Amino acid sequence: MGTTTEHVEHAEAEAHGHDAHSSHKPTSYYVNVALILAALTALETSTYWIDFGPFFMPALLIMMAIKFIMVVSLFMHLKFDNKIFSWLFYSGLILAVLVYCAFLACFQFFSS
Amino acid sequence: MADLAVHTPDTGDHGHDDHGGHDDHGAHHTSTGLSNNKMAMWMFLGSECLLFGGLISTYMLYRGRASENLGPDQIYDIPFTSVSSFVLLMSSLTMVLAVSAAAQDDDRNTNLWLTVTALLGATFVGGQVYEFTSFYQEGLGFTTSLFSSSFYTLTGFHGVHVTVGVIMLLATVGMVRRNRIPGQKSEVVELVGLYWHFVDVVWIIIFTLVYLIPS
Repeated sequence: MGTTTEHVEHAEAEAHGHDAHSSHKPTSYYVNVALILAALTALETSTYWIDFGPFFMPALLIMMAIKFIMVVSLFMHLKFDNKIFSWLFYSGLILAVLVYCAFLACFQFFSS
Repeated sequence: MADLAVHTPDTGDHGHDDHGGHDDHGAHHTSTGLSNNKMAMWMFLGSECLLFGGLISTYMLYRGRASENLGPDQIYDIPFTSVSSFVLLMSSLTMVLAVSAAAQDDDRNTNLWLTVTALLGATFVGGQVYEFTSFYQEGLGFTTSLFSSSFYTLTGFHGVHVTVGVIMLLATVGMVRRNRIPGQKSEVVELVGLYWHFVDVVWIIIFTLVYLIPS
């Protein structure tokens, strides 16, 4: 029982560590992340004026995905936090994408 | 049963100072060892993905159903929306700095960064109101076409979320200033931050799929 208590206390301390201490980085770290995000936004916007040819759509989608993952992982601390939070969030996201695919497939099927 | 026995002493120690004890944390009293509030917020954000997923899907399907001169390619002002996107992105930086300051019990910087975030959020909402007004003056009403209905619904819902976020930020500033936050201050600021960042990531998707990819 003593061992179990120690184990739970260790797990809680680990969880707190993830919550409050290890996940918080210095200001310069967040500024650097924001600069990368700003650069990606500028690059995305440049596609309005510059013709990227066949790379236009994939480039935009990849940049969008990178920005999304950076904000969720680094600003929302999902990368450093407990995996349960990642599961909760990404299960909602994956379900949303599946709903979109099903929705699109239905419309494609019925319109033809 | 063993689990109960493990948790009972801990609950006994901290059970009565939930709203004022300096070392209590939401995670102390839960079976997962994690904060229930944080768990609920992530669950809420997961469900919000479904809401915005549905709205974005609807827009993507109806974006081509526009009247002749009032389609996505004619009406969007990309440079203006890019500036709005940049403003919202920078508000995520100020928000994470507020969360970081709150974790260090630095009330002054917490309030400063929360206020800056609220101002940036209000700027974004102001930009959206301007955009909606100019679209309306150009003849794009809510019921003009399927495109306009789905566009206004999607971006309007997002705008409402940003507005709610601004209200939450200002309320948090007031509560931090008056020292009226029950429990751990840093956790409350972190939860508001999670909501705010979520609003930002939704805009990252909307900006690309709605504005940048032509119909």
